[in-house]
Amino acid sequence: MQVHQRMLDPTLNGQHTGESPLLRTLGLTKRYGDFLANDSIDIDIWPNEIHALLGENGAGKSTLVKAIYGLIQPSAGEIRWQGERIMLSGPSEARRRGIGMVFQHFSLFDNLTVAENVALGLDGRESFKDMSARLEQVSKTYGLPLDPRREVWQLSVGERQRIEIVRALMQDPKFLILDEPTAVLTPQEADQLFIVLERLKAEGRAILYISHKLEEVKRLCDTATILRGGRKVETCNPRLETAASLARMMVGGEIREVKAASGRKTTVPRLIVDDLSLAPGEAHGVRLEHISFELKGGEILGIAGVAGNGQDELFAALSGERLAKDPGTIVIEGIAAGHLSITQRRKLGAAFVPEERLGHGTAPRMKLSENALLTGHAASGMVHRGFIDTVATLKTVDRATETFDVRKAKRDPEAASLSGGNLQKFIVGREILRNPAVLVVSQPTWGVDAGAAAVIRQALLDLATAGAAVLVTSQDLDELAEIADRIAVMFHGRLSAPLATSEATREKLGLLMGGSSLEPKEAAHAVGA
Amino acid sequence: MELVEAIILAVLAASTPLLIAATGELVTERSGVLNLGVEGMMIVGAACGFAGAWLTGSIFVGALFGIVAGTLMSLIFALMALGLAVNQVATGLALTILGIGLSGLIGAGFVGERLTPAAHLSIPGLTDIPLIGRVLFGEDAFVYFSIALIIGVWWFLYRTRAGLILRACGDNHVSAHALGYPVLRIRTFAVMFGGACAGLAGAYLPLAYTPFFIPGMTAGRGWIALALVVFSSWRPGRLVVGAYLFGAVTILQLHAQGWGVGIPSQFMSALPYLATVIVLVLLSRARTGGSTAPAALGTVFVPDR
Repeated sequence: MQVHQRMLDPTLNGQHTGESPLLRTLGLTKRYGDFLANDSIDIDIWPNEIHALLGENGAGKSTLVKAIYGLIQPSAGEIRWQGERIMLSGPSEARRRGIGMVFQHFSLFDNLTVAENVALGLDGRESFKDMSARLEQVSKTYGLPLDPRREVWQLSVGERQRIEIVRALMQDPKFLILDEPTAVLTPQEADQLFIVLERLKAEGRAILYISHKLEEVKRLCDTATILRGGRKVETCNPRLETAASLARMMVGGEIREVKAASGRKTTVPRLIVDDLSLAPGEAHGVRLEHISFELKGGEILGIAGVAGNGQDELFAALSGERLAKDPGTIVIEGIAAGHLSITQRRKLGAAFVPEERLGHGTAPRMKLSENALLTGHAASGMVHRGFIDTVATLKTVDRATETFDVRKAKRDPEAASLSGGNLQKFIVGREILRNPAVLVVSQPTWGVDAGAAAVIRQALLDLATAGAAVLVTSQDLDELAEIADRIAVMFHGRLSAPLATSEATREKLGLLMGGSSLEPKEAAHAVGA
Repeated sequence: MELVEAIILAVLAASTPLLIAATGELVTERSGVLNLGVEGMMIVGAACGFAGAWLTGSIFVGALFGIVAGTLMSLIFALMALGLAVNQVATGLALTILGIGLSGLIGAGFVGERLTPAAHLSIPGLTDIPLIGRVLFGEDAFVYFSIALIIGVWWFLYRTRAGLILRACGDNHVSAHALGYPVLRIRTFAVMFGGACAGLAGAYLPLAYTPFFIPGMTAGRGWIALALVVFSSWRPGRLVVGAYLFGAVTILQLHAQGWGVGIPSQFMSALPYLATVIVLVLLSRARTGGSTAPAALGTVFVPDR
């Protein structure tokens, strides 16, 4: 049906100069048991075009591109490449035909050099020396500087993505797939990427661009295909749509708006971090250096920054997973807590929600009630004389379910059986129900669908309104702008002075995320360098 | 002078099985697989190697038997740990227990029999040079082969594309799979190579080291080979240092005990382990950063298709 609509639509067809699409899928279906990850998807990719693939997590975007790249075999339907039906035996065949891909989770090897990583993505017909020379040439041509001899673990996230892109470009692809390429970039790095993409488009290549940043898609893409629940919902021109209308198509309904209660008052300082420095605990960790901030009750402090700049280490130090040398560097509710264990900190009224839901926030194979016990055993009356009060643990599950709309198949399922969004609602709910004085939460809505994200953000706002101090670490600047009162930026283990959210423009935050200072003199220097 | 020569010869003979077995395990672990069954594969290699040589009268055929036996043992491991994605530690331990039992069964009929051990090289003129002649030109084929093997493995890992792909599988199997490399097939070959080496190392013992078979004659050498791989931080060069150092201290402490040094013999027996650990830890400290172990070592990989 969708194909027909498209054929009849003159505005869409008129744009294309080529006679037939470069790549076309017809009724592409991928089934995992009873679950339809892709349900009969038709999509046309034309040369000279940046085509957006939009959808929430679990909508089937990754499955679709994996099938196009030959990583998985479709259960039904066909893929046509330049008009010819193809069955890809694997990614190497896709690459041979001119399909390249840049993965969301980088497919890089940390302990190998840049050149070795690039060599692994090619078919190995040229010598390593020739390949290295060509690598330098390609990276120069597209303005993507790389040092071929460095090992990947030494590089920043932006540099790692450059390797992926250069690796894909070295195969001279006709069609390039990018899976959420800007999710880990600073706004400035993203702008640089867009310049490269525009250039690739001008060279006559086709690009499939997966994202859920709608403003970005409107700015960059010529066509957008929206998936929902494994089905194609619509193919449209994103420039003629609004971000709200695109979001509606992705979600299939209106998204609840997050509202901060007016008249939120800040009270006493509840979490004080004073000159906290901590050596990294593992080989590739980040050293925390002289981190100081003060967080009052009723306030939400956001910590922005590109992943891997010490956010994980800061969380570990605040939660007590790693202890600070000097107890006075972390003060919770007026009590020096740097030397206290997680349990002791919980007893002081602190609660923690780590980034990783499965394995860190919950034990995946344990039931929700048992997971409630894991953080609630010390301070929530779930244990009496060493015995578990199962009624109390189940009650916590029920309350979290009710208050935060956790959707699950039965009353007390295993944590791993919940979807990402529902599990996150449970974890945040579990901590909020303990009425914490201080909540430290890392990436609260990472990989969570828009509906659940709204519930979680609202819960954090409500908690602050109730008088708690909330510290939110997030890579999503829009999220921080929505809920935080002040925003600080983490870079190389240092934390900038917090800016009031009203003053924290994307440009300012982007500069801080890239390691520049906001002092006029130094900022000018950074631009010149 | 003759004593020094004899000691060097004894050191080389004691180190060779460790070096061969550890080289195989190094390749296996570099592909991301932890096979703790080295001891089991070695002992089966010893029993089958002796049986092959005794039945055919050929040391060469015996060595082949050892290689084939070790490879077959490693295929059991590959089937379980790679094909069925069973926990690698448990599978490896089970393989060792199986190997010890199996070798007793295979070797039962051969206990007490004697073989003519593997011939040593003899080049008139060269072999007769005092001190270094027999060390350089008078060894058995296993010793020369073990040195060629570790050089070959170094060259393979760092100078060939296939070696790069193998290291890539050990570093990040998800990425290797995403780039289209057949991770499980590559790992199966690496495990088989490890098994072949362990089998050969085991066969060396009754074919060249002591010309008879007794149950349990590997006496923990498989475990030492495993430890050497770890302490060498998965690098072929350091592996050579570690294997020869261990052999050297083993022989020296035996001589020291013979000379009647006033140190408890238990402490002397522990010395090789201690010395090897200390030296290899010191070597590892030289590395500036990055992880030393293959990042995917011992983790189960199931491709989604």
